[in-house]
Amino acid sequence: MFKRKKSRDFHELTPAWNLIFNLTAGIFAFICVFPFLFVTIISFTDEKTLARNGYDLFPEKWSIEGYRYVFQTGDTLLRAYGVTVFITVVGTLISLIFISLFAYAISRKSFKFRNFFSFFAFFTMLFNGGLVPTYIVSTQLLGLKDSIWALILPMAVNAFYIMIMRTFYSTMVPDAIIESGKMDGAGELRIFTKLVLPLSLPGLATIALFSTLGYWNDWFNALLYIDDPNLVPLQSMLMRIETSMQFIMQNSQNSSLSTGLLQNMPQDTARMAMVVLATGPIILAYPFFQRYFVQGLTIGAVKE
Amino acid sequence: MNAIGRFLKDVFKNRAMLLFVLPATVWFLFFSYLPMLGTIVAFKQYRFSKDGFLASIINSEWVGFDNFKFLFATKDAYIITRNTLLYNMVFIVFGLIIAVGFAIILSQIVNKRLAKLYQTGMFMPYFLSWVIVGYFTFTFLSMDRGMLNQILNFFGLESIQWYSEAKYWPLILVLVNFWKIIGYNSVVYLAAIMGIDKSLYEAAMIDGANKWQQIRRITIPMLMPLMTILTLLAIGRIFYADFGLFYQVPRDSGTLYSVTNVIDTYVYRGLKVTGEIGMTTAAGLYQSLVGFILVITSNYIVRRFNKDNALF
Repeated sequence: MFKRKKSRDFHELTPAWNLIFNLTAGIFAFICVFPFLFVTIISFTDEKTLARNGYDLFPEKWSIEGYRYVFQTGDTLLRAYGVTVFITVVGTLISLIFISLFAYAISRKSFKFRNFFSFFAFFTMLFNGGLVPTYIVSTQLLGLKDSIWALILPMAVNAFYIMIMRTFYSTMVPDAIIESGKMDGAGELRIFTKLVLPLSLPGLATIALFSTLGYWNDWFNALLYIDDPNLVPLQSMLMRIETSMQFIMQNSQNSSLSTGLLQNMPQDTARMAMVVLATGPIILAYPFFQRYFVQGLTIGAVKE
Repeated sequence: MNAIGRFLKDVFKNRAMLLFVLPATVWFLFFSYLPMLGTIVAFKQYRFSKDGFLASIINSEWVGFDNFKFLFATKDAYIITRNTLLYNMVFIVFGLIIAVGFAIILSQIVNKRLAKLYQTGMFMPYFLSWVIVGYFTFTFLSMDRGMLNQILNFFGLESIQWYSEAKYWPLILVLVNFWKIIGYNSVVYLAAIMGIDKSLYEAAMIDGANKWQQIRRITIPMLMPLMTILTLLAIGRIFYADFGLFYQVPRDSGTLYSVTNVIDTYVYRGLKVTGEIGMTTAAGLYQSLVGFILVITSNYIVRRFNKDNALF
């Protein structure tokens, strides 16, 4: 092994500035990660220690009681996990199909109505009906109240992703390839699946990731449309625990009933354990897929 | 007849592509365009009818601009508009400066591995939901267990009831929002910096420009189009607040509404809590219309100065 000789050239910062830059970026990066570490520590803290000392970075006594509690009463958590995984998988698939087909059509110069449909999608980025009419249409016309589709359909299509995908097709898929497919007598669907899709995998990966993240982290649609406890996704479950805790706390002054209720509620450590279990998958996975995000962002910033 | 015939012929010729756009088109009709028509509820006294959606809308009585009059007669209208605008202005202006700053810092750090590590750390909050961020904030602000009160007590100061003291919340919300989005925005700008032609910097070095001059004369001007586009997009959405930030982080605490209520939370509460459908729809339409006008105008202005920087 040769040790490469480091020579500072004109390209580089002076050591002092390099240090300052490293510190600034390093400290901010640490602040960004810190709350997650903190919550993880709390989730492994002994409940009594917590009651005495509050949330502490270096707890006197550690414990895995929180996790034990979560896994013992795991039904709700498991079900919520199930709902989240289901809507994430199905939702992402639907999004990919709808978005990639639409974007492909409006990227084709031979498509006579491409301008109309481009505008049809683009206009929804400029103007929308707002929450109340959307809610009325979804509940009264589409009957989405307390339906699993209420967690999937409202987020299925997004004009912004369509624009990203269209730009991707028009820059990455040469017309010549489509023409050659036509020469060989392939139909449009065949051209799309056999020739275009393989070339646009990086674009699809980006959309899929955005979409997966959106579904995994969604709680808003559940807040609007879901009352049935069996259909509550992960994020929404965390939120509901919080709200019912607050409700009981606020009304606990003069009711003996509530103390009993409070005992059945997951304690602080258990709730923090749930936070860790809900965020864990994303935190572990995202360093590996972050470059696709960056890629998508750069494509999106280029306009046609 | 001829025109219709030609149109039908076009439809037939493009049938494959029309089938391709069909699913998303149906989606847009139901989830975007029908709600746009539904905004007529803003001009009605909405009555829920069991006979379904159309019956509800048709049977509701017209009240003209009454809903708007009621809305703007309340103090809420002023508060939510002010909050939404002020928060977003702070987010846009300082967000831009900090994000570009960090992007430049990351691009200059000599050890590329470390830079990558910092970037990964900064990017993390973007991947978390507001519910989780709400929990995170609570670990700092909790009255009896939170870290901030522990620190205050350590210095002999009284604990503060963070969730009922409105005066601290503008700062808290701004900090939490920056914590969550700065990394993401920096990465966007960093990607743009990486895309700048290296020969520009080489030419500048031959001319004897130092690092700072290079940043000022090359990096920032080259980032200008992206900065304009993203800022334009943000200005177009200045009337829209991030519902999660203003709902989850303050834990829907009533005593904080004067500084945490924004148009989006107001509309949500109108729909789900107080049930004033007409007035709430009016607030939503007010948001959409002003938002629409803002995008169009800001785009028009940018277009007059530099066509390339405009959105459309």
